[in-house]
Amino acid sequence: MELLLQQVMAGLANGAIYACVALAVVMIYQAIDHLNFAQGEMAMFSTFIAWQLMTWGVPYWVAFAITIVLSFIAGVLIDRVLFRPVQNAPILSQIVAFIALFSILNSSAGQIWDYTIKSFPTPFGTAPLFGSGMIDAHEAGMIGITLILLGFLYAFFRGTRLGLAMRAAAANPVSARLVGIRVGWMTALGWGMAAALGAIAGMLIAPVVFLEPNMMIGVLLYGFAGAVLGGLTSPLGAVVGGFAVGVLENLAGTFIPYVGRELKLTLALIMIVIVLMFRPNGLFGRMVVSRV
Amino acid sequence: MKQLTRRTILAAAPAALTLSVPFVSARAKDYGPGVTDKEIKLGNTGPYSGPASGYSPVPKSQVAYWKMINDQGGINGRMINFISYDDAYTPPKTVEMARKLVEDDKVFFIASPLGTPCNSAIWHYMNEKKVPQLFVATGATKWDDPKGHPWTIGWQPNYQSEGRIYAAYILKEKPGGKIGVLYQNDDFGKDYLKGVKDGLGDKASMVIVEASYETTDPTVDSQVVDMKAKGCDVFVNCGIPKFAAQAIRKAAEIQWTPLHVLSSIGNSVGATLKPAGLDNAKDLVSDFYLKDASDPKWKDDAGFKEWSAFMDKYIPDGDKLDQGFVAGASLAAMAAQVLKQCGDELTRENVMKQAANLHDITVPMLLPGIKADTSATDFAPLKQVQMAKFDGQRWNLFGDLIRGAIG
Amino acid sequence: MTTLRDEDIAVSAAVPTQRAARLRPTLRHAIVAVFVAIAFAIPFVASSFVMFQLSEVLIYGLAILGLNLLTGFNGQFSLGHSAFYGLGAYTAAILMHNYEVNYLWTLPAAGVVCFGVGFLFGLPALRLQNLYLALATFALATAMPQILKFHALENWTGGVQGLVVDQPDPPDFLSMIDGDQWLYYVTLVVVLLMFAAAATLVRSRTGRAIMAIRDNPIAAAAMGINTSLYKTLTFGVSALYTGVAGALSALAVAFVAPDSFTIFLSISLLVGLVIGGVGSIPGCLFGGLFVLYVPNIANSLSNGLAGAIYGVILLIVIFVMPAGAAGFVRAVIARLSRWRQNPTEGGYR
Repeated sequence: MELLLQQVMAGLANGAIYACVALAVVMIYQAIDHLNFAQGEMAMFSTFIAWQLMTWGVPYWVAFAITIVLSFIAGVLIDRVLFRPVQNAPILSQIVAFIALFSILNSSAGQIWDYTIKSFPTPFGTAPLFGSGMIDAHEAGMIGITLILLGFLYAFFRGTRLGLAMRAAAANPVSARLVGIRVGWMTALGWGMAAALGAIAGMLIAPVVFLEPNMMIGVLLYGFAGAVLGGLTSPLGAVVGGFAVGVLENLAGTFIPYVGRELKLTLALIMIVIVLMFRPNGLFGRMVVSRV
Repeated sequence: MKQLTRRTILAAAPAALTLSVPFVSARAKDYGPGVTDKEIKLGNTGPYSGPASGYSPVPKSQVAYWKMINDQGGINGRMINFISYDDAYTPPKTVEMARKLVEDDKVFFIASPLGTPCNSAIWHYMNEKKVPQLFVATGATKWDDPKGHPWTIGWQPNYQSEGRIYAAYILKEKPGGKIGVLYQNDDFGKDYLKGVKDGLGDKASMVIVEASYETTDPTVDSQVVDMKAKGCDVFVNCGIPKFAAQAIRKAAEIQWTPLHVLSSIGNSVGATLKPAGLDNAKDLVSDFYLKDASDPKWKDDAGFKEWSAFMDKYIPDGDKLDQGFVAGASLAAMAAQVLKQCGDELTRENVMKQAANLHDITVPMLLPGIKADTSATDFAPLKQVQMAKFDGQRWNLFGDLIRGAIG
Repeated sequence: MTTLRDEDIAVSAAVPTQRAARLRPTLRHAIVAVFVAIAFAIPFVASSFVMFQLSEVLIYGLAILGLNLLTGFNGQFSLGHSAFYGLGAYTAAILMHNYEVNYLWTLPAAGVVCFGVGFLFGLPALRLQNLYLALATFALATAMPQILKFHALENWTGGVQGLVVDQPDPPDFLSMIDGDQWLYYVTLVVVLLMFAAAATLVRSRTGRAIMAIRDNPIAAAAMGINTSLYKTLTFGVSALYTGVAGALSALAVAFVAPDSFTIFLSISLLVGLVIGGVGSIPGCLFGGLFVLYVPNIANSLSNGLAGAIYGVILLIVIFVMPAGAAGFVRAVIARLSRWRQNPTEGGYR
């Protein structure tokens, strides 16, 4: 029983990471209506920038703030420079543009900062909570920040005019333009926010997994799975999905005999696919009815 | 017309090879492909891109090292043209690049291709074409096979030997222990695991947790938690630096203090122990055959200073904490030794003969006392390691040099 | 208020539906004939190594065609084709390594196995759309290397060490050509036959049904097309094509290992598909060329930044040719034919 509890806790801790990333994934999806493959690499690059600033002596929270601002700007720039020219291209071409961005960021980070792992500080400290070391302060802080961001996003999208405008621009650019929404700027804003969110995710994740250029590849995979499981239209779903993936994966690895350890990832993904069989739009996704 | 008569040409290969060199000097030296009076062409492959790009320092440092050799006058008066291609750690690409090197660039031999699956993919080809596959940058056991594959020669102490050495150490220090092994779910990880279990012999049941991880896993925390929960009091940690560090840190976090044996892949002070927390790494035990460039112990060592100067001049923005740069420089130094021993008799046959004729050879970053030795029946140049214990600051070597049990 | 959501027509928007910009059939056939003739003649002038590379180009082209059938012609997004490629390769390798089957028989065997698996995968895939299907296929692609490494299957798959395959020798009556040339010819014949089959399929009623499902699934169903059947069959056929390509690659590379069939291969196939032109059959070969040669080009420019340069090249190509090479060619032809019809107006826009 104790092992179960420990694995659930460890799963929740991992799940916090996935939830963070899943939130960023859903964020960009809400803004531009498809998935950005390079999301993880953007987050990784932002985290490296924060690390570099701190290496140069900038205090943590200042570096944190600067990085978020820089990431926001970078997100907007990427939209304007990269995304705009292929906006009217087929969706698959856009996906290839994201793949290109992934490649560029990953390779550049490796060239600039090398592949050795780097410690990244955490503002929460690493003292274990609840004594027994099942979850430590940083992991708790990560969960807390994720939930705060979730709340913020929920309020933003549902409660503000700007959020509504963004959702409209993504869902139906033509109609949105007709009512006066500056679709171009909405998209850019969405990119900027997603980049900033990714930067936060990266800076929360790095203390746990160590900073290196390939840090986000596996994480993005799980984050994506979590976002899809939760339903790509729902930030709450993303967070729940992220945690669910973390716990699922840990339990599969520990308790399913014989295959569990080696096929952990496969089993987790299979379980998600099974869930999608029954709820094709994810756990919390809304079914969109289309009439012809 | 080239194609149709190729078979006849190949039938007369040895003589034809020497005649195919463009500028045949009047002295009619014996030259293989890719060799002239002034130049030797060598080939190499490695993962410069892709998910294994973390190993790119190994080929990168070789490229830089050969540049240094050229600046110092080359070898026996010849400059080395070292051509290194990216294979992104995908075997089909390695095959393509190796064929390019041999058939298109016409290199003399291929030095230190990196990765077990990559070398496995070209193993047959290199031996069929009789091109030396020198000092492969992997620790699999299979490369020591002079009878079956006379053109391929290994380099580092193989992983299974290391695993056995860990097993022997555990049997001595904690004969009744319960062992948990953390290993990467690929060839080198499984080799370590096999070595440990084979080394334990009929006590292999001491291993009660075999925890694998994939390089795409974010953390190995779950595996470590599992081991503690199942009552392990010995931990064999065969992770690459990122995961080894995570495991060390997590173990400390959950207050688990097993007999902690770290593999040579993840024992660098700067690259693994510091991020994990030097205090968390106290009393860790590991084995070494190369000097840890980040260990303060070697500060005044001549070999380290030589390597450090090489890095400063030829790879100034390279991260000196990355042991990949040490491995690559040592690989190149060993290959340079073989070329030196060839003198002016630069044929592929002689390269293999000299590679099988290394006696007491050292390179700057090998641990003191460790020598490379080969013979016609022994294609494993490095076989020795030495154990060390970490005191919170540096690794303290103890015991004698241990000779690997296999190969 | 409901409208057809953008993403429902997303993939169909990938294929330009203009029909006007096509060459006259006789001209098209002539061009194809010339290319085929060149393809058969190349081994007489090129080196063994180039033959090996061209074999790989053909193989990637075939694999991309498989993906094209599913994604380009049927609108089902797949990130999982590396799994079928690997499955085909391992089928061939296991049959040759463990059961000493002649290499030619491994090709249809790989095709059948992959058709079966693809069809079975297509069944649950019916319920998934776009990104959800992407995740499911992503799961398939990540599962494949794990399954291949799985210790219980090691006796067949060779586990992490992989399997060595003997490169096929030319038959005795053709002893003047070497292994690489023979392999090239075998590959060329197989690829030509399968491309021809695909072209015929696409132009048939079945092909139109498949494309109708992509363009407007609701209308297609309303017209009486059994969308479920066609979608799963297409999945199967698509997997068959990519599986045969995988089997051919096992013969060419003479080695299979789990590391050869990762998600990155799937991504390369997707890139090749888009660069060649989604929904274009000849475009697949251009995609194959791109997938093989551009990483080499990037590598030759800089070892350390090979990935970054590859990304930049990719971006430039996408900016210049958003609809892929086929789309670019189509646009050029359209412009030329407009210019021919209206010499004073057309070309000067």
